[in-house]
Amino acid sequence: MEKRVTFKGWTLPLCLLLPQVAITAVFFFYPAGQAVYQSLFIPDPFGLKSQFVGLGNFNYLLNDPYYRASFATTAVFSGLVTVVSMGIALYLAILADRLIKGAGTYRTLLIWPYAVAPAVAGVLWMFMFNTRVGVVTWYLGLLGYDWNHVLNEGEAMGLVVAASSWGRVSYNFLFFLAGLQAIPKSVIEAAAIDGARFWTRFRTIVWPLLSPTTFFLLVVNVVYAFFETFGVIHTITSGGPQQATTILVYKVFSDGFVGQDLGSSAAQSVILLVVVGLLTVIQFKFIERRVHY
Amino acid sequence: MATLTLRNVKKRFGATEVIHGVDIDVDDGEFIVIVGPSGCGKSTLLRMVAGLETVTSGKIAIDGRRVNDLEPMDRDIAMVFQNYALYPHMSVFDNISYGLKIAKMPKEEIAERVAVAAKMLQLEPYLSRRPRELSGGQRQRVAMGRAIVRKPSVFLFDEPLSNLDAKLRVQMRLEIKALQKDLGITSLYVTHDQVEAMTLADRMIVMNAGVADQIGKPLDVYANPATEFVAGFIGSPATNFVPPAAVAGAPSGAARLGIRPEHARLTDAGSGRMQGVVTFSEALGAETLIHLVLPSGAPFTVRQDGALPRPVEGEPCGIDWPDGADIRFDADGRRIALP
Repeated sequence: MEKRVTFKGWTLPLCLLLPQVAITAVFFFYPAGQAVYQSLFIPDPFGLKSQFVGLGNFNYLLNDPYYRASFATTAVFSGLVTVVSMGIALYLAILADRLIKGAGTYRTLLIWPYAVAPAVAGVLWMFMFNTRVGVVTWYLGLLGYDWNHVLNEGEAMGLVVAASSWGRVSYNFLFFLAGLQAIPKSVIEAAAIDGARFWTRFRTIVWPLLSPTTFFLLVVNVVYAFFETFGVIHTITSGGPQQATTILVYKVFSDGFVGQDLGSSAAQSVILLVVVGLLTVIQFKFIERRVHY
Repeated sequence: MATLTLRNVKKRFGATEVIHGVDIDVDDGEFIVIVGPSGCGKSTLLRMVAGLETVTSGKIAIDGRRVNDLEPMDRDIAMVFQNYALYPHMSVFDNISYGLKIAKMPKEEIAERVAVAAKMLQLEPYLSRRPRELSGGQRQRVAMGRAIVRKPSVFLFDEPLSNLDAKLRVQMRLEIKALQKDLGITSLYVTHDQVEAMTLADRMIVMNAGVADQIGKPLDVYANPATEFVAGFIGSPATNFVPPAAVAGAPSGAARLGIRPEHARLTDAGSGRMQGVVTFSEALGAETLIHLVLPSGAPFTVRQDGALPRPVEGEPCGIDWPDGADIRFDADGRRIALP
């Protein structure tokens, strides 16, 4: 049975809840409310007064080809970041799980990139791939490849995906490793005796038993790719070239703070809020159906 | 249907040798139980036969074929684990048929074999359930079913009953014995429980610190323990060990004497071969265990019929046993043969 703590009055529970409620109210409810409110107005170019336009901002956005393109860009970007970072992390976790000697050292080293802030990671990758002075660019040049992510859209996308996935591999690795180690060894051994070789064991035993971890990471990584990659994109490509790496969050920033179209920016925030809400609901429904065994 | 042979099998983990050369010959269809205390290497030995541990040196052969370097799946064995090791995300049917599906057996044959095993193990009503919806005894049976359907040459059991409660353990013990007799499959069974070893084994192997101290039929091992360790480990309550100097009329040449509690009896104070003081007695109904303390301070246990009068605690008593009931050991703990 669930244990419940019973309070005698209202004062103590309210006091205990207050800090969390206050933080949520100030940093989430108030700005979200402001965004919803502002999304209904168009301010004049000098920000002196604004005009109520109802759903005009939304109407304009949904018919804007650039905004639609940004949706597609976001889908490609977050899909790639999730697959790349989870794939590499899973591969490394499988290797680390089999390791007996020096496992601690490998684990520690693999976790380090997670401590690097996205913006710093972005700057690192930007310098490595800088079109004039980048180390990697120079070596690629020796191999006869002309790297230029400032002009090439595919290369720009590849670079921001790599930079965003890099730090994320550490985080995913930790969870995958814990997940792998939670699978009883004897179950794997039983499968080996039953005749399953490594790949069959992975496909029929390990992967299904790992699915709770995988689904959790899927949710967390998509949300990460949606929101927390702003620093990386801002430092490396600033959304370019030709908006090829302008994901939805970056467009909120560039339209609102660079383009000074606060009404549209607010409307985009509201759309993002809805999208993420839906994403979460869908994914958790999916988890409830698939993951239990 | 196969024989199993171990020749001078050794296992080393780093610098520590845990198994110091074991030789076993298992006949076709024989039920061999390896018994010993925790850490004696019995599970490691079994895992080496299964192919889950590498063999440091020596030879393991199944039906005359050297299997040292074969993967577990290529050895034609099946194993039942202590914690059952069922696949938690599969139904009972899928658990049992997993190995057959991997062997790419036709569907009809899989269904037939699972049906036969399920009937044998009374699992028919549970085939569509998941392991977490089963009781401990049923899970144990699924694990057995998974081993049976593959019709292996050798069955390996790694303490399969130790997670069950006492009553179920007795029941499953009988079922395993009956099943093994029916199928006639060569079996190697590891346990720390001497009752399981005595009741299940055709022959048992008593392991002590990485060495097979004695291999023999259960009753032979009980009656003629080869070492002091075997005498102390097999039999409950454990054999009493006393120095010959403390025994009146003791034989010469032995370093230690072993007297089984069931062979000793109490006599009046001053008579018998030894003297002791009763510390307490445990009446178990059919029998009574009387714990004494010897003048040297060592404990001594006597097992007597429950119908006999219980001695008063704190009373001095004599201890006696029939001629020839004492088991004699030399200074290395090895049995001295009777002249």
